[in-house]
Amino acid sequence: MSQVMIRDQVPQRELLDSGHLACPGCGAPLAMRLVLKELGEKTVVVLPACCWSIIAGPFPQSSLHVPLYHTAFGSAAAVASGIRAALDIRGDTETTVIAWAGDGGTFDIGLQALSGAAERNENILYVCYDNEAYMNTGIQRSSATPWGAWTTTTPATQPQGSRKKDILAIMAAHRIPYAATASPSYPTDLLAKVRRARETRGTRFLHILSPCPPGWKHGDDLTIELGRMAVRSRVFPLMEVVNGVDWSFTVDHPGDPIGPYIRAQGRFRHLDDDAIGRIQEDIDARWDFLCRQVR
Amino acid sequence: MRKVIVGNHAISLGVKLARCEVISAYPITPQTQVVEMLSEMCASGDLDARFIKVESEHSAMAACVGASAAGVRAFTATSSHGLLYMHEMLHWAGGGRLPIVMANVNRALGPGWNIWVDQNDSLSQRDTGWVQLYCETNQEVLDTTIQAFRLAETVDVPVMINLDAFYLSHTSEPVDIPEQALVDGFLPRREAHLKLDTAAPHAFGALVRPDDYMEMRWDQQAAMARAGEVLLELDAEWERLTGRSYGAVELYQADEADLLLVTSGTITSTARDVIDHRRAAGERIGLVKVRMFRPFPTESVRAAVRGARRVAVLDRNISPGHGGIFAEEIRSALYDVPLDDRPELFGYVLGLGGRDVTPSVIDGIIDQTRAASAPAREDLWVGVKP
Repeated sequence: MSQVMIRDQVPQRELLDSGHLACPGCGAPLAMRLVLKELGEKTVVVLPACCWSIIAGPFPQSSLHVPLYHTAFGSAAAVASGIRAALDIRGDTETTVIAWAGDGGTFDIGLQALSGAAERNENILYVCYDNEAYMNTGIQRSSATPWGAWTTTTPATQPQGSRKKDILAIMAAHRIPYAATASPSYPTDLLAKVRRARETRGTRFLHILSPCPPGWKHGDDLTIELGRMAVRSRVFPLMEVVNGVDWSFTVDHPGDPIGPYIRAQGRFRHLDDDAIGRIQEDIDARWDFLCRQVR
Repeated sequence: MRKVIVGNHAISLGVKLARCEVISAYPITPQTQVVEMLSEMCASGDLDARFIKVESEHSAMAACVGASAAGVRAFTATSSHGLLYMHEMLHWAGGGRLPIVMANVNRALGPGWNIWVDQNDSLSQRDTGWVQLYCETNQEVLDTTIQAFRLAETVDVPVMINLDAFYLSHTSEPVDIPEQALVDGFLPRREAHLKLDTAAPHAFGALVRPDDYMEMRWDQQAAMARAGEVLLELDAEWERLTGRSYGAVELYQADEADLLLVTSGTITSTARDVIDHRRAAGERIGLVKVRMFRPFPTESVRAAVRGARRVAVLDRNISPGHGGIFAEEIRSALYDVPLDDRPELFGYVLGLGGRDVTPSVIDGIIDQTRAASAPAREDLWVGVKP
């Protein structure tokens, strides 16, 4: 059997410059780089406040080779809707408009605008790169922070006490044409989803898990490995949901125990085995739910 | 063509004549007729525009920001709390130098919620970098809507058109509606010199460090100053085309007046009537109508009140802890006029939350101003029940 190299399956074009301002080991530029490789130059990016507000570079610089609009925290989906309308009215239906937001800008402050855009089935691609807290402001909890995690507003003596919001199910409930999860640790899967999103009209939603070495407290050489562990352990299954009803898994999820994933991250250091057992139960319960959706 | 229409429909017709390309709005009383009529126009094809029916005013302004940044003509309409909910994005539009046009129906703020006229909604957005124009009649509303797009796109500054709740928004008046060809000549299609363009990619609104931030605000300040000049130029052009003009400040019966009222919005019309009666009786009294609040027409106001002995400013608004907002601004504008030339300024707060301002209320203010030995230290509240 001949060897298949991933790099042969990845478009060669680079629309993200190497001089960007992400931390070493950050998952977010990996995600952007891959998404833009697939979408190409005919793309407009809307960025609300998030780590990428920094990664994109300060005035007068930009690390991207596509037009970029920095906007206020809760407004990404609405600004993208306006750009889409403007392009359409002047006859440009080809350019892809993407809103590119973190978990805070998606799960929390941007959820209303996102829900509105999804309900209207705006012809935009909304990408949430999820590092599971307000990392740009210094690791404060969001509604995407997993149960039990330490952040600077959920100290180890009183860690995150609520379950991570199920954003994929929320978006699926809007019955949008395409919603999916993806990981830079699975580049060909991610690229295939971006391709499918590009070829779909209407609101498309991509949820990308983006490991954060300073926020998750892991080595910056572990980003790709942690992404794999998240998928293999089913804490972040890779899925697609078409029209809100057709759910499917896109890779194998062997169901590795969650322990090693938790133990690899300093943000969970205070958790005992009972707590990890509780996390495992929660993962198993959601897996059952997802399996019922997939049918 | 002359039609009898409400102020809200004067806005809608102005937006149609301006060939606006993207509209985004959220309903709020008493603005709803504006967006209802525009929805009909978009649905029927009378107006070739995209109407984004958003889930909030914050998103309405955000969608206008996106559309305007992509280079097209964008409009929204709101009122009261809707305007306040937009506040963050108003700054984004102003600071981003996006020529968005918005109609705001002046309505009171809660709590003690209230749908009637009051200017605190728009005046509390004073520092967001928007031109603010206040209208007196439905004709002025329609003409101002068309002028606003031209003004905004000439100086890259957003423009807010204000009209009084119900007194204009829901009151029918005869309005001369200009021909489309006339408006097309006055207001060509928007061609943005800088926009989101995949052929020439730029980043907009990025982090700006202290080394550059002040220069951006300086440019904005210069553009605002220019907006004041451009308004007068295009208003003169509008007069040549239609016979109608409004200026930044209008003088009425001001010749030889020793007492001048200063008004904005529909109180102006009531005051004109009072002044007519008093002039007929030989009283030297006149009026200054302030149409443009931002940029503040300092020179025009100073010129307007020159020669008057006393000035009474009527404010349908209140800055709690200070006073009437127009009165504050006018005091500031007159501060360095030499004392001998500076009229005494009397501030009156009245008509809040739609309290009726009748001719007799204005008569009372005039009598009080004439009888006083000197202005009170604080603006006087008119008609407050004990």
